[in-house]
Amino acid sequence: MITKRIIPCLDVRNGRVVKGVNFEGIQDVASPVDMARFYNESGADELVFYDITASVEGRALFTDILKEVAKEIFIPLTVGGGINSLEDFDRVLKCGADKVSVNSGAIRNPGLIKEAAQKYGDQCVVLSMDVKRVDGQFRVFSKGGREDTGMDALEWAEFGVKNGAGEIVVNSIDTDGVKGGFDIEMLEAIASRVNVPIIASGGAGNMEHFLELFQHPQIDAGLAASIFHFKEVDIKELKQYLRDNGVEMRI
Amino acid sequence: MIAIIDYGVGNLFSLSSSLSYLGLENKITRDAKDIIAADRIILPGVGAFGDAIEKLRQTGLIDTIKAEVAKGKPMLGICLGMQLLFDKSYEYGEHEGLGLIHGEVCDLNKDLTTGLKVPEMGWNSLNFVKDHPILKYVKNGDYVYYVHSYYAKNCDESLVAYSEYEVKVPGVVSSGSVVGTQFHPEKSGAVGLAMLKAFAEM
Repeated sequence: MITKRIIPCLDVRNGRVVKGVNFEGIQDVASPVDMARFYNESGADELVFYDITASVEGRALFTDILKEVAKEIFIPLTVGGGINSLEDFDRVLKCGADKVSVNSGAIRNPGLIKEAAQKYGDQCVVLSMDVKRVDGQFRVFSKGGREDTGMDALEWAEFGVKNGAGEIVVNSIDTDGVKGGFDIEMLEAIASRVNVPIIASGGAGNMEHFLELFQHPQIDAGLAASIFHFKEVDIKELKQYLRDNGVEMRI
Repeated sequence: MIAIIDYGVGNLFSLSSSLSYLGLENKITRDAKDIIAADRIILPGVGAFGDAIEKLRQTGLIDTIKAEVAKGKPMLGICLGMQLLFDKSYEYGEHEGLGLIHGEVCDLNKDLTTGLKVPEMGWNSLNFVKDHPILKYVKNGDYVYYVHSYYAKNCDESLVAYSEYEVKVPGVVSSGSVVGTQFHPEKSGAVGLAMLKAFAEM
């Protein structure tokens, strides 16, 4: 059967991984290529690279790195950050990305989802959303979670999938950084409205949180950054633990 | 040299990189001379069947490909490239394929009843049905990476390995020197690389 997926996310600024520390066996913990190699060997099912660079020079560095990674890591690569146009899709796909994640760019220009899906296929377009509870509603936030768009997250997910998004990443602002577990309530609410894979993000603090997440059949993948980077959770151990507890895992 | 056929569908960067990583000389091409000169051919592909077969026709390479395959040259179809090998597909209408492997390509969604998601996207394990040189370095139960909404049916005689997705999804099919993989070996980690290596030794 199809497995659940474990996905580490690497934030890259000016060609360096942000938050990469304390790795045994890696010479350069801030090198995205070294980190990618490490995660690939640990059994990561996919890798997400998030470009948090603001400058043009930084952006060029990012695509150079992406190319380096894609030349030696042969698992799915998703790229996000600063994707605002079809040209941005093109730029990262040419460098070896398999999927492209849109967030604020799609909020500013919702037509981007459809244009990209028509050109590159649904499987290529990932709609990533930062969601927070406001007045009893799941609300979509933009600009890295700083600005309330007033949009309803369930409707936005539905719109995205109708227009060709092939996957949805739900990042709960409410649980992000708290390490108290994924936001199951929010994830279930969104998963109930669409029939594409749902990737959960925000809140993982330990292995049990992933087990709890995957008790919900509509959730397909768990994404995290710092707990993997800081080695609070080792991907190899995590996958073995999940498999021992009955979750289908690629090992 | 392995000729990767470039007919304007999909991203060939990873495929070419994976072969280079294995030390296998390869060339992305739409030139019949390259296909004739190559030891092996790879037919990649992402997107919709009708559009892809039309684009492949427009390259004028189909006769060359068929002639090379008839001589026994190994060819590997990947994902949509695998689907193109079949007699026909029912993706948005009915389209004739290359007819190198008997069977047809059908809508996965229509055959699923338990709410599994379409496209099937992710890692699934392979169940071997029969021995084949492309399985030389992998083992029964190994995981490979799938992304697809349509799947091959009525191809029992060519079935080499399948994955369970409520229905049996043909993962590897083969007829003569032609092999197809529904999954992406170039995205299936060490297992996928091992299969590409085995293909290069076929």
